[in-house]
Amino acid sequence: MELKEKLMSSYLAFEEHVDLENDIHQVRNKAIKFFEQTGFPTKKLEAWKYTSLNSILKEDYSIFPKKEDAIDYKDIKKYLIHDIDTYTIVFVDGIYSSHLSRTTHDKLDACLMSSALDKEKYKPVIDKYFNKIVPEESMSSLNTAFAKEGAYIRIPKNVVAEKPIQVMNFFTSNEAALMIQPRNLIIAEEGAHVQIIERHQSLTENPVLTNSVTEVYVGKNAEVDYYKIQNDKTSSSLIDNTFIKQERDSVCSMHTFSLGGKITRNNLKFYQHGENCNSILKGVTILEGKQHVDHNTLVHHTQPNCESHQDYKGIFSEKSVGVFNGNVLVDRIAQKTNAFQSNNNIIIDDTATCNSKPQLEIFADDVKCSHGCTIGQLDNEALYYMRSRGIPKKEARALLMFAFANNVLDSVKIPEIKKRITKQIALKLGVELGFNL
Amino acid sequence: MLKIKNLHASVEGEKILKGINLEINPGEVHAIMGPNGSGKSTLASVIAGNEDFEVTEGDILFEKANISELSPEERAHKGIFLSFQYPVEIPGVSVTNFIKTSINQVRKSRGQKDMPANEMLKKIREKSALLEMDRKFLSRSLNEGFSGGEKKRNEIFQMAMLEPKLAILDETDSGLDIDALRIVSDGVNRLKTKDNATLVITHYQRLLDYVVPDVVHVLMDGKIVKSGGKELAKELEERGYDWLKEERAEMTS
Repeated sequence: MELKEKLMSSYLAFEEHVDLENDIHQVRNKAIKFFEQTGFPTKKLEAWKYTSLNSILKEDYSIFPKKEDAIDYKDIKKYLIHDIDTYTIVFVDGIYSSHLSRTTHDKLDACLMSSALDKEKYKPVIDKYFNKIVPEESMSSLNTAFAKEGAYIRIPKNVVAEKPIQVMNFFTSNEAALMIQPRNLIIAEEGAHVQIIERHQSLTENPVLTNSVTEVYVGKNAEVDYYKIQNDKTSSSLIDNTFIKQERDSVCSMHTFSLGGKITRNNLKFYQHGENCNSILKGVTILEGKQHVDHNTLVHHTQPNCESHQDYKGIFSEKSVGVFNGNVLVDRIAQKTNAFQSNNNIIIDDTATCNSKPQLEIFADDVKCSHGCTIGQLDNEALYYMRSRGIPKKEARALLMFAFANNVLDSVKIPEIKKRITKQIALKLGVELGFNL
Repeated sequence: MLKIKNLHASVEGEKILKGINLEINPGEVHAIMGPNGSGKSTLASVIAGNEDFEVTEGDILFEKANISELSPEERAHKGIFLSFQYPVEIPGVSVTNFIKTSINQVRKSRGQKDMPANEMLKKIREKSALLEMDRKFLSRSLNEGFSGGEKKRNEIFQMAMLEPKLAILDETDSGLDIDALRIVSDGVNRLKTKDNATLVITHYQRLLDYVVPDVVHVLMDGKIVKSGGKELAKELEERGYDWLKEERAEMTS
C-alpha cells in the first residue's frame, strides 16, 4: 500500500481513539481532506523544486507506534543539554516518557499537547491559538489531521522562563520503520521570555520519518529564542514545519543546526503582526555523503518599522545536497522595513550540490532590503596565508571551514549549546580544538 | 642562512624572476628595492612557497638545505616568515586563536608539545605590548576590518610570536602613517639578533631610515641589477630608478 493510502486508512482508525465531539476534530477532518486532494509534495511544485521525497515515501512506516520503549537516561544523556538546569519534555517513538521528562506547571506550562487538547481548562487557549497560523499545505495539513501529541508550552504575561525548555524526540528500534507527527504549540504572552531547544534523534538504523508542526506565538514585547539541533542518522528524515507569529515589539530568533539526516526540510515561516518586530533566522548546515538539507524560509513583513535578519551558512561535500530558498515579503504598508538575507555556501568537492534561491517581493517603497548569496570554494589566499604561518593544509582547510560556519554561532545565547555545537562542528570538520573558539 | 642561486620563476606562464642570486647571512638585514612590477613581491612569495608561482630554474637553499620543493607550511616550520603586503582577512578566527594554532603547529612539526597555556598567555601579552596593541584587538577576527596600520602591526606581532630565523617584510611600510611606521620598525629592530636575518622589500626608502639595512639590492625586470650599502637606498630616493635603467641599457648595448 502506498503511504498516502495507508495514512488515509489510518485516519479512520485514528478517529476511533479521539473525541469526535471536540471542535479540534473538525480541524482535523478539514486537514485530512486537504491532504487527500493534494497528496505529498512533488518537485513540480516551485517550493519543492530541489527536494524529492520519493526515496523516503517508499518505506512501510508504522503510523501508530507501540508502547513506550524502555530506554534509560544514560541512552539519551549525550543528546541532552544536561549540564544546566532545564525543563525537558521527552517523547520516545512519539509517546511521552514521564520518567525521562521534567515538565512543569509552576508559573508556566511546559507539558503535553495531548492534555492541552483534551482538558477543558486549556480550551480557551486552544481555541485561540491552535492551527491559527498553519497554512494549508500538504505536509502541515497531514500533521494537523493526526495532531495529538507534542509539546505544549505557555509562558504567561511578563514571566521569564528561567530554565531553557528542551523538546526531545527519540526513536527506537521498536518499529521496523516509523513515521511520527509531533505537534507543538508554544505561546509566549506579552512580555514573556523563553528559550527552547528542539531535537529529533534516532537511536536506531531503522528508517524514521518525522513530519512535525510547531506553532509559535510571540506576544507583545515578548522574546523567544529557539534552537533546532538536527544531527540525526542517515536513516532518518525530518520535515519540520514551523510557523511563528510575532506581535509588536517582539523578538524571535531561530537557529537551525543541520549537521546530519537523510532528508531534512525546514519550512520556517515568520509572520510579523505588529510594529517594531525583529525576526532572526540563522542556520549552519554541514553535510557529507548522501544527505540533503532544504531550508525554505519566509519572513512576511506586514507592519512598518520591523526588521529581519537571515544568515545561513552551508558546507557541502561528497554528494551531499543543500538547498536554500529564502523568501522575504514586504507589504505595501510595511514602510521602513529592514530586511537582510545572506546565504553563503562552500562546496568542498565537485560531487556536492548547492541550490541557493533568494526571493524578495517588496511592495513598500521606503525600505532597506538586501540579499546576497554565494556558492564558492575555500579561499585559496586565506589557505596560503595560514600555511605560511605553519598551519598544514589539512588543518588550515578545516580551520577555515570552521571559522566560516562558526560566525553564525556568535548570536547563540546559551553557552552550553554554543559549546556543544562548536564541538560537533569541529569534530565533523576534523579540527582539533586546541584553540578555544 | 639563505642562498638563492639563479632563480627563475613565472606565474601563469609569464616570466617574472629571471635569474636572481642572493645570499643572506645570520645577523644581516638586506633590503630589496625596485620599481613597481620589478618582481619584488614575487621573490618574497617564492621564498615563502606560494604555489601560484612556478620555479622554472635555480635553487633556494635555507641553512644549506634545498627548500624549493617544500610546502609553505614546511618552510614556516623551518623558520621562514613572510609579513604579507596584503594580509588576508579571516572572519571567525581571532588573532589570539590564530597565533596559538600557528605556534602549536610549528612546535608539533618539531616534535614539541603544545605551549602551556600560561606561557602562551604571557608571551602574547609581552609581544602585543611591544607592538602597542590593545587587548581588545586580540579577540577580533583576524584582519577583518583592520586598518592598514593594524594589519601590519598584526603581521609583526605574529613575527614576534613565531621568532623566525628569516623574516621577509613585503612592503610592510606601505599604507602606514608615521606613528605606525615607528611602532612597526621598533618592533622589527627589537626582534633582531645575531642569529636571525631580515629581508626588507620596499618601494620607498622611508622604512630604511628606521630599519637600517646592511645591504641594499635593486631589483629590475626580474634581476638584481645593483647591490650596495645603505647609501644606495638614499641615492635611489634622490635619483629614482631611471638612471639604473640607462646604466643597464648602456651595459647591455
